Amino acid sequence: MTTRNSPGTDPSVAELKARAKAIRRHVLAMSRRIGQGYVVQGLAIADALAAIYFHELRYDPANPRWAERDRFVLSTGHYSIALWATFAEAGIILAAELETYGRDESRLEMSTLDTTPGVEIIGGSLGHGLGQAVGMALGQRLRKSDARIFVEFSDGELQEGSTWEALMSGGSFGLDNLVALIDCNGIQADGKIVIDIEPVADKCRAFGWDVQEIDGNSMDAIVAALRAARAKNGKPKAIVLRTLPGKGVPTLEKREKAHFVRVEANEWDQFDRELEESDV
Amino acid sequence: MSERGKTLAMGENVATGPRPNVEAPFGKALAALARGRNDIVGLSADLAKYTDILPFRDAHPDRFFNVGMAEQNLIGVSAGLAKSGFKAFCTTYGVFATRRAYDFIAIACAHSKADVKIFAGLPGLTTGYGGTHQAIEDLALMRMIPDLVVIDPCDATEIEQSVAAVAAHDGPTYARLLRGLVPRVFDPAKHRFEIGRAYTLRAQGGLGMISTGMMTERAIDAAEQLAAKGIETSILHMPTIKPFDAKAVADFARGVTRIMTLENHVVSGGLGTLVAEALYEACIFRPTVRVGIPDRFVECGSLPYLQDKCGMTVERIVAAALDGARWRQA
Repeated sequence: MTTRNSPGTDPSVAELKARAKAIRRHVLAMSRRIGQGYVVQGLAIADALAAIYFHELRYDPANPRWAERDRFVLSTGHYSIALWATFAEAGIILAAELETYGRDESRLEMSTLDTTPGVEIIGGSLGHGLGQAVGMALGQRLRKSDARIFVEFSDGELQEGSTWEALMSGGSFGLDNLVALIDCNGIQADGKIVIDIEPVADKCRAFGWDVQEIDGNSMDAIVAALRAARAKNGKPKAIVLRTLPGKGVPTLEKREKAHFVRVEANEWDQFDRELEESDV
Repeated sequence: MSERGKTLAMGENVATGPRPNVEAPFGKALAALARGRNDIVGLSADLAKYTDILPFRDAHPDRFFNVGMAEQNLIGVSAGLAKSGFKAFCTTYGVFATRRAYDFIAIACAHSKADVKIFAGLPGLTTGYGGTHQAIEDLALMRMIPDLVVIDPCDATEIEQSVAAVAAHDGPTYARLLRGLVPRVFDPAKHRFEIGRAYTLRAQGGLGMISTGMMTERAIDAAEQLAAKGIETSILHMPTIKPFDAKAVADFARGVTRIMTLENHVVSGGLGTLVAEALYEACIFRPTVRVGIPDRFVECGSLPYLQDKCGMTVERIVAAALDGARWRQA
């Protein structure tokens, strides 16, 4: 068995940025094949996924069910496009399989199912991730394992009552083996965030969490925040990621913010060029 | 059980008759089961006291988690523990589990095949606390969820045995909980509760009573009274609502002349509906009367009064069996 990553060591930020760029290339190619998709979300979360899967998370790509693994729980099931791209980079699946994304009978679904190797929960019904992550963190603590639980959820999910129930319990149970990555990309199904959820960081602090708020597309900031989140201080950790939808493709960064972005067929070549020229 | 005429707020017992009672059979059985193994955890949502899980909490405090009044989180946290290798027994009232946390039971538990074992208190008319607390349609809601086992135990023996049975089952389960003083109807030395099994308790042809949950105790008592009046009856006890043994229903129905279904639940969507589906698909047609809660919310009141009003007492069951007009309509 080969465990990937040793979080105690210093990462190469340049290498992590290269991984993030590779994930973004996959995301563009996968969207292009089906002519649509959650492309702007995938581009925005690529940096965090690269830092998690290529530095912070201890797991075995050849055995995703390894009992002592750290867990990464993706609550926003529609971010699957970026998760599959990351899995291909990490060697959990073959890159060739990405061509099946969103097709009938593919296990690389538009929204995650936990029957696909490496997926911890079914993530499409928003508001489900954090509660299950709290349960997993309690479980690892009971097992006296030092495995940690990382959970991604979005700003939109902060409108679900269940997310606050789970935040309350994470703080109350003092789960310092739990790290929440809150992707604040400012959009939801109906467009820009439709009802006030700010100040996210202060609210999480008030619920008993250790909170950092960072540029979610800065690899240096993500790596530093993940390092700080290793503290064993009796508190769960939250990293508020301020991300830019479409990050790395300037045309998409500037496009009207929408949950499901329409792309014309003749735009994909340009997007590819923009990504290669971008400094992400 | 509450005195007729007076509503009890909390903590009502199910026991009514002369049978011996067992106190908190669920919590005691769970505590005992967990004694020899460390993969059992318990959870509740600020109803530990009223769902009889305190014996488990007291015996295994490190493995008990109270998430407060947060039923969606109760189910979510339970699913997370299940996905970490534990069998997560969680309790709340049936109304809150099924109505408030339905999506979490469907997706985080059933769709994921997570080892979450829900025990849901106050099924049907076991509280006089009104529509907010009476889980009158929980069986209908739960039985439509794929891969979920649904159980409505009759008595203390089946409660005790269902704890071990759901622990042995690999996957999510929803069991109705009878709390407080619970009558012992079945002899634990002779009765063996198994998920999916139907039990023929009486086979004399005549009126075939198909019952589930606490209504089976009443069917047994009604059958005795009917026998004294010269009416022959048969009884099929069906504590498992899902997977439902439709073949057992069809086989039973062939040996009787008419059918009465009895459930502590609204008469649509639960046992009565399942029996109708089973018989229709088997091309067996019998006059049928469904005993249970009518299609309406029930008010606050004392249990003897409310159960009588809904036709669920032994006396009302006997009267229904003898009510020629009702059977002519059937």
